[in-house]
Amino acid sequence: MSNLLDLLIAGLATGAIYAIVAVGFTLLWQTSQTINFAQGEFVMLPAFLMLAAMHVGAPFWLAIVIGMLLSLLLLGLGFKMLLVDPMLRHGVLPLAIATMALAIGLKEAVKQFFSAEASPFPSIVPAGDISILGRQVALQSVGVLALAIAAVVGLTMLLNRTSIGHQMQATAQNPTVARIIGIPVERMILLTFLINAFLVALASLLITPIYLAKFSSGEVLGQAAFIAAIVGGFNQVRGAIAGGLLIGVVDNLAAAYVSTQYRAAVPMVLLILIILLRPQGLLGRAEERTV
Amino acid sequence: MSLFNRYWRVALGVVVIAALIIAPMYLNRYGLFILSQWAVMTIAAMGLNLTLGYAGQVSLAQGAFVGIGAYSAAIMTANGMPLIAGLGVAIVLCFAIGWILGYPALRVQHHYLAFVTLAFSTLAFLVFRNEGWLTNGIYGISNIPRPTIFGYPTNRPLPFYYVCLGSLALVSFATWWLIRSPWGRAFVALRENPVRALSLGIDTRRYTLMAFAIGSALGGVAGTLYAPLTQYIDPVPFNLSLSLDLLMMVIVGGSGFFFGPFLGAMIAVLLPEWLRFTQGYYLMLYAVAVILLLIYSPSGILGILDRYLTERRTKAASALRAVAKSGLEPAP
Repeated sequence: MSNLLDLLIAGLATGAIYAIVAVGFTLLWQTSQTINFAQGEFVMLPAFLMLAAMHVGAPFWLAIVIGMLLSLLLLGLGFKMLLVDPMLRHGVLPLAIATMALAIGLKEAVKQFFSAEASPFPSIVPAGDISILGRQVALQSVGVLALAIAAVVGLTMLLNRTSIGHQMQATAQNPTVARIIGIPVERMILLTFLINAFLVALASLLITPIYLAKFSSGEVLGQAAFIAAIVGGFNQVRGAIAGGLLIGVVDNLAAAYVSTQYRAAVPMVLLILIILLRPQGLLGRAEERTV
Repeated sequence: MSLFNRYWRVALGVVVIAALIIAPMYLNRYGLFILSQWAVMTIAAMGLNLTLGYAGQVSLAQGAFVGIGAYSAAIMTANGMPLIAGLGVAIVLCFAIGWILGYPALRVQHHYLAFVTLAFSTLAFLVFRNEGWLTNGIYGISNIPRPTIFGYPTNRPLPFYYVCLGSLALVSFATWWLIRSPWGRAFVALRENPVRALSLGIDTRRYTLMAFAIGSALGGVAGTLYAPLTQYIDPVPFNLSLSLDLLMMVIVGGSGFFFGPFLGAMIAVLLPEWLRFTQGYYLMLYAVAVILLLIYSPSGILGILDRYLTERRTKAASALRAVAKSGLEPAP
């Protein structure tokens, strides 16, 4: 029973990170029909940007700032202007394939310019244990969970409580009408790309101390985020959050109770079941099928 | 004009086929391996082209079917059976699994389908890796024998290259025939407008499943050649990236074009060899090239060619019209 509680907390912590990545993924899909197959690599890259800044001699906090700014520039602005904008008129599939190519490119670039080996990455949460309800829990899990929840709550507030958030939602739901009533649609779309870039950088900062910085670490993360997005609901931010937490917990419980060998299979089976039984996701709205 | 085009095409075809038969005699072992790999990957990409390019169903599982084919061949031949038996098992198995995998395609489309097939791909990889009693797990299966065809052993690289090339030719003819048949036309109808296809009396259900099953079976065929080609298989080559690579081959060559997979596989298999002088940068260059190509022409290389030919034809036609019109107009 106590073991179960540990697993749950660890699962929620990784799940919260998956949720952040999945939210960015669904935001891109909603505002610009971009299925970003490079989302996992987007999480992998900022950690290396921060490591590079530290190699040059920047202290950790400055490296984080530099890494964040660079990822806003590269993964937000650059991604939108250089890849999505020219590809968007060609439709969903060519753009998705282009992001697959981008994923290969990013992986190879990191392997070539940094290292093919895994590098350790400092944690922003101090090591040690904390006592909650008389139990020892790793401070890392709690810190990650708290930061991820703060990010998700902040984002939800931004989307639901502020004028900019409402404008973004309007853009996602109906760009034509949004444009007519005077919402700067282009700027809102750019904003979603910047938010996604911020979210992946944050996820990178949180998860890399746990799994080390490696060029190939994006593959697993990207898949977990896709699954989270689909399981929760592709067109809902809260769906992606629920999906992320669920996948994190299921993944951790599967490792303990099913088998470590087939741990990766359990979320996949969950995905297939959800798609067959409830394709709009657990919390999603049904999208009308376009003919 | 079109007559010239047709002669030109036949001549080009003859030259390419002759080159594929004669040139390898002067290649070294490694060159032959690369060319054989091209033939094998082309077969797998052709299967995917059938599913994606003609029937319009996205699949990220073709690499898993190549794996299933390769393991069928390896396990059968390791137990003393001929490769042809492995081929039979691979085709039946991949056809059946592909048919079952097609069922989600009846319910969901596009990105959802992509993720179902992606999940299948990961599951297949886990089975290859974990079911050690069958696949020998991460240690893989080694010493896979090459077949003896009509009493003629193909152990050396050149004869085995001809086996791959011959299989490619057979598969090409079969696919050509299939695309021209009512089935192939039904696949295209399914891609262009499923609702209209249904209202015209095409059993879209059956053809969707069929497109998946036949495409997957071709993946299995490619796998049965892959195992004796490398003579050693382990789970790693059949992970998700093979499926993504095959998808890129189809798109880069030109999905929905018969010769798309030939060209796409050539670029994916040979380009890294040509870019070898750039050392570690070649995959990066490949990725950038693919992105630039897709930005310029989302229908791939053959899409550019097609656009160019159509443009020339319309230009020629409008020039003819202009001549005819000026002939009709009374002189001022």
